[in-house]
Amino acid sequence: MNKIVKEIFSPSMRLTLLAVLASFVFGGVLVAFASSEVQTAATYLFARPGDFFLAVWNAVFGAYDALFRGSIFNYKVDNLLGMIKPITETLAYATPITLAGLGLAVAFRSGLFNIGATGQIVFGAMFAGFVALNVPLPAGLHLVVAVIAGILGGAFYGALVGFLKAATGANEVILTIMFNYIAALLLAFLLKTPIFQAPGSQNPISSAVPESAKFPFIFGDQVRIHGGLILMLVAVVAVWWLLNRSSTGFQFRALGHNPSAAKVAGINIGLTYVLVMAVSGALSGIAGATQILGTEKFLTGGVAASFGFDAITVALLGRNNPFGVLAAGILFGGLRAGAVTMQANQGVPIDIVLVVQSLIVLFIAAPPLVRSMFRIKAEKGGAK
Amino acid sequence: MNKNILKGLALASVAALTLAGCASAPAEPSVTPVDYTACMVSDQGGFNDASFNEEAFNGLKEAEATLGVKIATVESPETATQTDFVSGVDSMIAEGCDLIINVGFALAAATRDAAKANPEVKFALIDSALSNDDFSPLSLDNVKPIQYDTAEAAFLAGYLAAGTSKTGKVATYGGMLFPSVTIFMDGFKQGVAYYNAAKGTSVKVLGAESANNQKWSATGDFNDVAKGKTLTEQFFAQGADIVLPVAGPVGKGSGQATLDKKGTLLIGVDSDWYGIDAHAEYKANILTSVEKKMAKAVLEVIKSGVDGTFTGGDANQYVGNLANGGVQISAQHDVSYGDLQAEIDALAAKIISGEVVVNSAYKK
Repeated sequence: MNKIVKEIFSPSMRLTLLAVLASFVFGGVLVAFASSEVQTAATYLFARPGDFFLAVWNAVFGAYDALFRGSIFNYKVDNLLGMIKPITETLAYATPITLAGLGLAVAFRSGLFNIGATGQIVFGAMFAGFVALNVPLPAGLHLVVAVIAGILGGAFYGALVGFLKAATGANEVILTIMFNYIAALLLAFLLKTPIFQAPGSQNPISSAVPESAKFPFIFGDQVRIHGGLILMLVAVVAVWWLLNRSSTGFQFRALGHNPSAAKVAGINIGLTYVLVMAVSGALSGIAGATQILGTEKFLTGGVAASFGFDAITVALLGRNNPFGVLAAGILFGGLRAGAVTMQANQGVPIDIVLVVQSLIVLFIAAPPLVRSMFRIKAEKGGAK
Repeated sequence: MNKNILKGLALASVAALTLAGCASAPAEPSVTPVDYTACMVSDQGGFNDASFNEEAFNGLKEAEATLGVKIATVESPETATQTDFVSGVDSMIAEGCDLIINVGFALAAATRDAAKANPEVKFALIDSALSNDDFSPLSLDNVKPIQYDTAEAAFLAGYLAAGTSKTGKVATYGGMLFPSVTIFMDGFKQGVAYYNAAKGTSVKVLGAESANNQKWSATGDFNDVAKGKTLTEQFFAQGADIVLPVAGPVGKGSGQATLDKKGTLLIGVDSDWYGIDAHAEYKANILTSVEKKMAKAVLEVIKSGVDGTFTGGDANQYVGNLANGGVQISAQHDVSYGDLQAEIDALAAKIISGEVVVNSAYKK
C-alpha cells in the first residue's frame, strides 16, 4: 500500500498529474474565449462587469460540468442507468485506445518507434470482420475464432514491419507510416468488392456482424460495455507480466536499452524485432477486433478512427507502463465521451477537447515547463 | 525580461479592454421562445464545410431565429465512426431534444437504433431511408427520411452545360461514389444525352463514360482539395471546358483550376456557390449550381414538429424534386444562359409534368 502511495506521488507521477491539471486550466481559458456569451459580455465590461465574470464562470463551469456528466457520472437524471451510463461510455471508448496504447508501449520499451497502430487496427478489424461476416460458425466459437483472426491479422501486419527491419535495416518509423496508408486504402478497396460490401448496397459499408460473433453486452443492451473491456483488462496484466516477469520481455527491454549490448549478450536481434512487432501488432489487432465485434457492428473505412494516433499519446502519457497506459486510456476515453455532452449541452466546440489533449502531450513532453509553472525543483533521477 | 516592456504591455491591454468595454449593455431578446428543442448531428466534416452539412445547419439556425426553438448540435469529428454517431445521437436524447435531425446516410444505423429505443422522440434523416441490419427496408413512425431526387436538377445542369460547352466535352467527378453522389452525375449525364438527341450533337461527359457508375471518376475522399484540382486539370487537358464536382469542399480545387485555364467553367453542388464566400475567388467562372435545398426541408420538418403535424415513416418521406422546389438549378449570374434559359424553363416544366422522365433511384 505504502509503495502505491509512494509511486503516485513520485516526481514523475506528480508531474504527469500537474501536466493534466495545467491542460485543463488552459482549456478553461479557451472555453471562456470561445463562448459567445463571454464575448458579448466583454463588449460592455465596464457598463456591467458582473455580467462578464458571471459569463466566464458559467461558460467554464458549464463546460467542465458537462464533461463530468458526459464521462463519469450524470447527477442530473433520475434513474440509475442514466447516472452510470457516462462512465460506461468512457470505458467503451477507452477499450480500443488502451489496447492499441499497450501495443505501442511494448514497442517503445523495446526501442521500436511503432507509428503503425492505425494500420494494425485496420488489419485486426479486417481479419476479425472477414471471419465474422463470411465464415458461419456456432455462437460462442464464432466470436473466439473471429477474435483470434483479429489478433493474427494485427500480428501479421506488425511482424511484417519487424521482418523488413531485421532483414533490410529499413527504418520502422517510415515503414509503419507507409503501412498505415496501405492498410487504409486496401480496406477502402475491399469495401467495394463482394468480400465485404453488403449485398444490394452501393455504400462502402459491410453487412452487420451476426449475433453469434458479437461481444456480449455485459449489462444489457442500453450500456455499451462488452466483453472487449475484459479482454482489455486481461491484456493490461498480460503485458505487465510479459515485460516485467518473462524472459522474452527481458530480451525486449534489453533490446530497447542497448541493441549492441543485447547482441553481445547472445540475443537474436532480428528475431526479437519480429517478435516485438508481432506482439505490438497483435494488441492493436485486438483493438480492431473489439471495435468491429463490439460497438461498431459494421466494417467501414473509418474503423481505426483516430485511435492509432491517440494510442501514441496514451503510451507516452502512461510512460510505457501497462497500468499507466490503462489510466491514460481511460482519461482519453473520458475526454472523447465527455466531448459529445460538452457540445450537446453547452455548445463547446469539439476542437477544445482536442486542444486539451494536445496540451497534455505538450506538457508531458516538456517537464521543465511544468516544473517552472509550479515551481518544483528538478529532482535528481526523478523523471524516468 | 525587461519590466518596462511588461508594464507597457499591461497598460496597452488595460486600454484595449477599456475601449472594448465601452459599449452599452444589450436589450432583452425579442423573439418569443417556444418550448421545443430541435437538434442536429453532423456527418464527418462538420457544419462549416461550405456544402452539405452547412446547408442543413443553415435550416436549423433559421428555425432558431424565426420559430424561436431552442437548438443543440453535435459536430462529429473528422474521424467519426459508428461509435461516435451513436453517442452523438444518444447525447441529444439525454439533452431532451424533441426532434433530432441526422445529416447523412452514415447515421442511418444510429438513427434507427435510437428511434426504436425512444419512440417519443422524433427524428429526421437526410439522404437515406432506414434499413434493417440485412439491408431490407424499414419504416418507423417517428423517423422522417428526407431524400432528394437531385438527378432532376442535375439533368437541367447537364443540358445547360452541353449547350454552353465550346469544346463539345464536359466532365464530372465525385468524392466517393455513394448513391447520393452518383445521382448528381447520373442526372448530369442524362441531361447531356438529352441535349445531344434534341440537337443532333455529340457532347461527351468525361468521368462518367462507363455504364457502371462505380467506375466513374472520384477523388476518394471529401476533404483533399488538391486532388480535386489535379483531376480537373486532367479533364481540361483532355479538352473539357465545364466540370461538375460532386465532392463537397473538394470542388474548391475545380474552382481554382478554372482560374488557371481561360474559358473553363464550374458547376456547384448542394447550394448556390455564387453567393458563398468560400467560392468567391472564382465566382465569375460559376456557370450554375445544382441546389439541394436542405435548409428548406429542415426548417419545414422543425415547423411541423412545433405545430404537432409531424408525420414519419416511409409513406411520409420527403423527396425533394423540381415539382416541390426541393432541388433546382441556380438563376443566371455572371455567365449568361442566353437562349438556353427559355429551353431550360420549358424542359423543367416537362420534367414536372412527367413528359420527360429523368431516371433515378426514386423513379422505378
